Amino acid sequence: MHSSLSFDQAPPISVPYRFFLAAPLFGVMAGILLAWSGGESLASRWTPESLALTHLLALGFMLQAMCGALLQFIPVAVGGNVWRPALVANTLQPLLLLATLLLVAGLLFNRPGLSSAAVPLFLLGVGGFVVIVSLSLWQTPATGMTLWTLRAAIGGLALTVLLGALLVEALAQGLAVPVVELTNVHLAWGLGGWALMLLAGVSYYVVPMFQLTRPYLLRFTRWFGPLLLLLLLAWSAQVLPDAAPWSRLAALPLLLLVSAYAGMTLWLQHTRRRKIHDATSIYFRVTMLCMLVFSISGATIVLSPEIGADPRGAVWLGVLAFAGIFVSAISGMMYKIVPFLSWLHLQRLGAPLSAVPNMNRMIAADAMTGQLRLHVLAVVLLLSAVWQPALARLAGLMFAASCAWLGWNLLVAVRRYLAFRDQIRAAASHR
Amino acid sequence: MSITSPLLTHHKHCDDLFAGAEESCANGDWTAGGQAFASLAGELESHFSSEEELLFPAFEAATGMRSGPTEIMRSEHRQMRGLLAEMQGALACRDSDAFGGSAGTLLILMQQHNMKEENILYPMCDNALAASDVGVSLAERLKAACQSA
Repeated sequence: MHSSLSFDQAPPISVPYRFFLAAPLFGVMAGILLAWSGGESLASRWTPESLALTHLLALGFMLQAMCGALLQFIPVAVGGNVWRPALVANTLQPLLLLATLLLVAGLLFNRPGLSSAAVPLFLLGVGGFVVIVSLSLWQTPATGMTLWTLRAAIGGLALTVLLGALLVEALAQGLAVPVVELTNVHLAWGLGGWALMLLAGVSYYVVPMFQLTRPYLLRFTRWFGPLLLLLLLAWSAQVLPDAAPWSRLAALPLLLLVSAYAGMTLWLQHTRRRKIHDATSIYFRVTMLCMLVFSISGATIVLSPEIGADPRGAVWLGVLAFAGIFVSAISGMMYKIVPFLSWLHLQRLGAPLSAVPNMNRMIAADAMTGQLRLHVLAVVLLLSAVWQPALARLAGLMFAASCAWLGWNLLVAVRRYLAFRDQIRAAASHR
Repeated sequence: MSITSPLLTHHKHCDDLFAGAEESCANGDWTAGGQAFASLAGELESHFSSEEELLFPAFEAATGMRSGPTEIMRSEHRQMRGLLAEMQGALACRDSDAFGGSAGTLLILMQQHNMKEENILYPMCDNALAASDVGVSLAERLKAACQSA
């Protein structure tokens, strides 16, 4: 009955690490781009710089980290067998990296040909990832809301990329499509159907685990994913010619649902049994607080046409979503996953446990909390820069610095892993 | 009540003991931390041995699956025993950094282990051992461990 169940088939450590190490580099690029281009780049969501910044974070930082995390998470958390994860990572990651750089260059320099060239690479890279991950998610005999939510998230990723490809081609070929509405729908599926759905599915599993909280209420987890899908579908109807006015009514219930998830996570953390705080738990709080501010700001923009008319309102939401919510959540997760995986793989080499450094010795706690503080400062500066363009260059530099520090911390952990691995192997060969 | 429900309840009990020991040692309260840690180590050992001596052999005999899930669970028990020994050493030296590092590692390993058991192995055991009296023996053994702690 459970013959296909993977009980302990975590991929080689290089699989998640290659994605995790790539992610911060794109954060650095985004920060430098903002510092170079200055405050006017944040004047609206449609400036070439805004579009490039968005995709550096969505595809460079988020997609890289999320692909790596999923390849690690699926076997461990839901018992799925991912087909040849090392081959998948070695093949698909370069495709995604190249595609991201081409698309960002196309958007930034207004060269539709470059963006068009990225489309087949994305369709191949993300398409391959979606197919392989879907097979593992549908073949596992495990059950539960985390699994259901991961399946929905993969569907969200596929739809986001298809809509993105359609937008790029429509703009390159001059096709008559409702560009603004299609972009709204592309963005909603990317942030909601893919990223938030994945974050929710993962948090059902890791929030109780890392902080010894109660589990998420079953009633909540049963309804959150289906409701999110339903509301995203209603929101998507705005691309239909006659549906525009009513489809936008989905925005408020969507924001309410998002804030319910954030509120529940904060409540679980507040009532946790484990009283120790670490960088991961604080990063999760920052994530959820940004999510609440996002929901309140979004509702204000929807309800107040005067505020909604200011194009900087959408940029404010974008900064909250990308830098405040998802970069924070991913950074916090990587600070827990990377030291633990290093420990796990080292002790599997067969050395005495005393020869394997514990998690605290992989990345120093001070380095993580220092980087966390710089990240929070960068997010505050970025939000301020939306309304005070003079701050944009400083905000960009701070964000680049915090991402560089994140990357450095992860690199230190990987180098320590390699050094200890070599020591253990050398000791074994002398025995 | 299923055969494995006493084990599930005991997981939560050990989580509470863990949180108490970690908090006391992080705050430098080594007396309370030492007591909480002794309870944690004792109860975890009872939990592991109950599974290794009662549940796993019964499951293996009923299903014929001698390698696989139970083998991995035994190996993770060994890893957790090693981390408990490290925590004991750090406690003796009153080294809060070393204690916190091993405790943080134990927490993730233990939670991941518990989730695998609760979501996968225990339901398999409940199905395979529905007609046996292993559940009664497990409940008695864990109850005795909690009373002596």
